[in-house]
Amino acid sequence: MNMPRFWREIQGRYNLIGSRCGNCGEYFFPKRDICPKCHRKSVGKMETVKFSGRGRIISYSIVHDPHPEYKDMRPYIMAIIELEEGPRLTAQVVDCSPEEVKTGMEVEATFRKLAEDGKEGVIFYGYKFRPLRK
Amino acid sequence: MEAGIISYGAYIPRYRIKPEEIGRVWGEDGAARGKGLGVMAKSVPAPDEDVITIAVEAARNALKRVDIDPKDIGAIYTGSESHPYAVKPTSTVVAEAIMASPDLTAADYEFACKAGTAALQNVLGLVESGIIKYGMAIGSDTSQGAPGDPLEYTASAGGAAFLVGKDGVIAEINGMYSYTTDTPDFWRREGQPYPSHGGRFTGEPAYFRHVLTAAKGMMERMGTEAKDYDYVVLHQPNGKFPRRAAKKLGFSPEQLETGLLTPRIGNTYSGAVPLGLSAVLDAAEPGNRILAVSFGSGAGSDAFDITVTDEMKKFRKERAPLVMDMVNDEVFIDYATYVKYRKKIRRKGD
Ligand SMILES: [Zn+2]
Repeated sequence: MNMPRFWREIQGRYNLIGSRCGNCGEYFFPKRDICPKCHRKSVGKMETVKFSGRGRIISYSIVHDPHPEYKDMRPYIMAIIELEEGPRLTAQVVDCSPEEVKTGMEVEATFRKLAEDGKEGVIFYGYKFRPLRK
Repeated sequence: MEAGIISYGAYIPRYRIKPEEIGRVWGEDGAARGKGLGVMAKSVPAPDEDVITIAVEAARNALKRVDIDPKDIGAIYTGSESHPYAVKPTSTVVAEAIMASPDLTAADYEFACKAGTAALQNVLGLVESGIIKYGMAIGSDTSQGAPGDPLEYTASAGGAAFLVGKDGVIAEINGMYSYTTDTPDFWRREGQPYPSHGGRFTGEPAYFRHVLTAAKGMMERMGTEAKDYDYVVLHQPNGKFPRRAAKKLGFSPEQLETGLLTPRIGNTYSGAVPLGLSAVLDAAEPGNRILAVSFGSGAGSDAFDITVTDEMKKFRKERAPLVMDMVNDEVFIDYATYVKYRKKIRRKGD
């Protein structure tokens, strides 16, 4: 992971900060400066928003052959999640076994370790998702 | 004092290991060990959880229960003996993750298992003096016992956060008292992965002397007796010590029960009294009085005399999970999975 780039994106990764187009009302994650639908009409109208972190699983896959960093969690779940405000993102689903995961499952964002740059390097944190606690 | 607890939040990882399973590997009677220690299971963090993630989850749970602007938080202090970095404060990440940055002060506290209550004292001081509007104090740990060491049966993970302010106080602080001495009962030298302890020395001259003196000192200063309290929360390195200490102080098992979590989740170190107090606040009603006494090896105890206010009726507790919800959400793992999760396996490149 590239540290300067990660550092610039910390608000998005920690707090699910995205954008809402003031012209058409659509939400985006990650943050955008211009709405891809409204183009020039959205200039100066993009609002910064914090997503609630609640959403549902649109599709998922069980990863059996992971990046070496993720070996401890194998097999683990990667899912496309639709946030309740609309945008979709890809994230790991934790506190859930491959037997329990389902399409349509309600999930909520949780704060976890994403990676670390070796034993001496920086630790990267950010969002993952877990089954919604009722 | 005017400053008090206006919200709180907890977090406990959901993985658990039983003493039977630990004993099976080391050729000991784990069930008997667990019974002796008064511990039925201990919590284990997932491979992607650490003191920072636990502190963030607890702080976010505290913020869900009130409608304040996190930018008004003027100080965040996190107490732990297992901060992920030796240099680079846990509290800086927490501040960013709850959107309190950048106009605030942040620092990490260390004092074995009482670093969380030390953080609470300092935040109370800053709010009481009017230097800051709100402050967040967190106790969070992912403590480690060396493989095969008796500590391995109890050293667990969890944390709780307290939001301190002057308006909407749900738990009033009537007084604080601390007792501190130079007692080498338990320590860890810089660069060493596991702590060392003085064996039997950890009992009488360390835990009991400090907890009992701090509790008595607090009650003397308040002019109270054990019967004046509805709840007592004591540091709980195992299930036995706090029961014995409570009895010596004249408290009944009922007064201790609600805030005694170690039998179910193990010793969460800096998280222990903060979690126990959170469990009591989950259950408490206006007018209830609480005595909370932490203990940190090295050694010291912080005592707090607390009264639950009428504001508790309006408090939005249900916006975040209760402590017992998390205690009861348990997934048991075996010893092999446990050593993998806790990174106790030496790998290529280690
Ligand atoms: Zn638009």
